[in-house]
Amino acid sequence: MILDIKNLDVSIANKEVLKGLDLKVNKGEVHVIMGLNGTGKSTLLKAISGSYETVSKGKMDFLGESLLELSADERAVKGVFMSFQNPIEIPGVNTIYFLRTAVNEQRITRGEEELSSVDFMKILQEKMSFLDIDKAILQRSVNVGFSGGEKKKSEILQMMMLEPQLLLLDEIDSGLDIDALKSVAKGINALHSSETAMIIVTHYNRLLEYVKPDFVHILDQGKIVKTAGAELAKELEDKGYENVLETP
Amino acid sequence: MAQDIEAFIDQEYKLGFETDVDMDQAPIGLNEDIIKLISKKKDEPEWMLQWRLKAYTKWLKMSEPNWAHVHFPPIDYQSISYYSAPKQKINSLDEVDPQILKTYERLGIPLEEQKILAGIAVDAVFDSVSVKTTFSENLAELGIIFCSISEAIKDHAELVQKYMASVVPMGDNYYACLNAAVFTDGTFAYIPKGVRCPMELSTYFRINALNSGQFERTLIIADEGSYVSYNEGCSAPMRDENQLHAAVVELITLKDAEIKYSTIQNWYPGDAEGKGGIYNFVTKRGKCLGDNSKISWTQVETGAAITWKYPSCILLGDNSRGEFYSVAITSLAQQADTGSKMIHLGKNTSSTIISKGISALKGSNAYRGLVKIRPQAHNARNFTQCDSLLIGDKCAAHTYPYIDVKNPTAQVEHEATTSKISDEQLFYTQTRGISEEQAISLIVNGFCKEVLNQLPMEFAVEAKALLSITLEGSVG
Repeated sequence: MILDIKNLDVSIANKEVLKGLDLKVNKGEVHVIMGLNGTGKSTLLKAISGSYETVSKGKMDFLGESLLELSADERAVKGVFMSFQNPIEIPGVNTIYFLRTAVNEQRITRGEEELSSVDFMKILQEKMSFLDIDKAILQRSVNVGFSGGEKKKSEILQMMMLEPQLLLLDEIDSGLDIDALKSVAKGINALHSSETAMIIVTHYNRLLEYVKPDFVHILDQGKIVKTAGAELAKELEDKGYENVLETP
Repeated sequence: MAQDIEAFIDQEYKLGFETDVDMDQAPIGLNEDIIKLISKKKDEPEWMLQWRLKAYTKWLKMSEPNWAHVHFPPIDYQSISYYSAPKQKINSLDEVDPQILKTYERLGIPLEEQKILAGIAVDAVFDSVSVKTTFSENLAELGIIFCSISEAIKDHAELVQKYMASVVPMGDNYYACLNAAVFTDGTFAYIPKGVRCPMELSTYFRINALNSGQFERTLIIADEGSYVSYNEGCSAPMRDENQLHAAVVELITLKDAEIKYSTIQNWYPGDAEGKGGIYNFVTKRGKCLGDNSKISWTQVETGAAITWKYPSCILLGDNSRGEFYSVAITSLAQQADTGSKMIHLGKNTSSTIISKGISALKGSNAYRGLVKIRPQAHNARNFTQCDSLLIGDKCAAHTYPYIDVKNPTAQVEHEATTSKISDEQLFYTQTRGISEEQAISLIVNGFCKEVLNQLPMEFAVEAKALLSITLEGSVG
C-alpha cells in the first residue's frame, strides 16, 4: 500500500475540516476526489503534503511510514508531490534555477549524486517538448506573469522532473483550454505506472476522459461518503451532488 | 515555523574572533595632542597636520545629525582610542605578524598566492594602519597608483591635495568632519588617462582592538577615459561595547571615465537585544566631474548595529551617469538608515537607484533618498525603485524619498513595494523537496537579484554566502 489514511482529523486555524477520514491507495491506482466547494478536498491534499496550515491527527502512512511528523520537504524527498490549484509566485527566482535546485536538493538528501548541468538540461528539454512548453518560461521567475495554462503545465513539468511516487493533483484541470488539458493529461499519464499512485481533486469529468480513474470518492462534511468506479464522476456531472448523495 | 526562521536568521556571527597582536594604541580620548600624535605616527607633512587641526576645530562646533530613523545612546567621543596599530614595522609580506595573516585567512582574504591567481589587488587595513598592499608594482607599470592613503599623502601629495575633500568637504557633516581630523588610514587609487585597470582592486577593513574606532579615508581618481572596479569588505570581533566606524570615501571621474565601487559590509551587528556592534556612520560620495563619466555604487550591508550611509553621486559633467544598487539586511536589533543622493547638474545626466531592504526579527530598515534636478540640468532622468521584504512580524521598513526638481524637462520615476515572505511561498518551495532554510535563501536571493547581479563575480559569491545562500548559479 502506498498511502494508508485512517480516522484522520484535520483542522485549519482551529476549525475542524476533515473528521475521521479513511482512504487507502495502492500502487498503480488512480483516485479521484470530488465534492462540493468547502468540503475539504484541498485540505486533504495539503494535509498529506505537510502544509503549515493543517493540523492533523490520526493515521497517515506513506509506504508503511508515518508522514505526520515530517516537514513538507521531507515528505517531498520521500516521493510525495502536490501540484497547486494556484501555484505560488516567487519573484526573482528563475524557473530553471528553481527546478534544478529542487531536483538536486532531493538527490543530495537521498544521498545520490547531483545531476550535472548537461544531464539536467537534456532531461529537461525532453520533458518540455513532451509537454509542449515554451522554453521562454525557464528564464522567467517562478509563476510570475504566467498564464493559467503555463502555471499548470509548469506544475506538471516540475512533477515529471521530480518523479514522485504519490501524485497529488489539486484542480490541475481548472482554467485550461483543450490543448493545455491534453498536454497536462499526457504528463500525468506518463507518470502513471505500477509503482506510482495519484489522487486527483477535480470538479469536472473532462480530465477523466484522458486519465482513467480506478476509484471516484465523494467527500462531504469532512468524510468520504461514497466510493465507486469511473462511472460515478459521470453520474455526478449528469445529476449533481444532491441527487447522487440521496441515492443509497 | 516562525521560530525556525528566527533560528535560521539568528546564526552566530562567524567573523567575531579576536586577534592577539601586540598593539601600539593611542591613549583614550580626543584633543589636539592626539591629532598631533596620529600625524606624527604617520610621519605626515605639516600641511596635513594643519588640515586635521582645522577640521578638529570645526568639528568641536558641530553637532550630531538627528534626522535619521535610528536610536542609540549618546556616543562618548572621549572614550575612544583614535589610533591603534600592530607594533611591528612592516616592510614586506614576510614580516607581517602571522597572527594578522591568519586573521585575513579566516576572513577568506589571503594576501598571497590565491589572490595572485584570483588577480585581485588587496589593500588590507587592520584597525588604523594599512598592513599590506599587494600588486602595487604590477599596477605601477600601467601608471596606476594603488596604495594606502598615508603613503599617498607622502608620495603623491599633489593629487591628494588637489582632490581630497573636493567631493566631501571637511565640514560636510559631523562624522565626516571627525574623520577629517582623525582619519588613520584607507586606500588611495589613481587610474591614469586611458587605462583600464586590468584587475579588481580590493581593500579589507578590520576593527580588532578594544575601544578603538576606525576612521578610514578612501580617495579614488579615475582620469580621462579610464576604468576601475574597486571592492571593499569589512568585519570586526564580537564585543559588548559599541565601536565607531566613521569613514569617508570620495570618488572622482574625469571625462569618459568610470568607477565601479562595491562594498560588502559585515561588521559585527551586536546581539539580539541590541548590545554591542559597530556604529557604521559613513559618508560616501562620488563626483562625475567630466562629461560622459559614470560612477556606480553597489553595496551589500549585512552587519553593523547601526548603519547611517548614503552613497551619492554629483552629476556635474554632461551626459554623466550615477548608479546605486543596495541590499541592506537588518536582523536581530539592527537599525539601518541608508539610501542615496543623486544630484543632477549637467545636461542629459541620468541616474538609477535600486534599493532592496530586508528586515527580520527586530530589525528596522529605512530607505532615505534624494533626487535633485538643478535648473541647468536639462533632460535629466532618474529611476528609483525601493523594495522592502519583511520576515516575521516584529521588524519594520520605512521609505523616505525626497524629490526636488527644478527643471521642467526632467523625468523622474519612483517605484516602491513592500512584501512579506509568505507561508505559502515557503510551503510551495518545500513541497518541491527544498528545506525551509534553503527556501528562505532562495526567496531572499530572488528578491535581491537585481543588486547581486551588479557585483563582480567573486564578490557576488561572498555576498550570497552572507545572505546564507549556498546555491550556485542563481546570479547571472
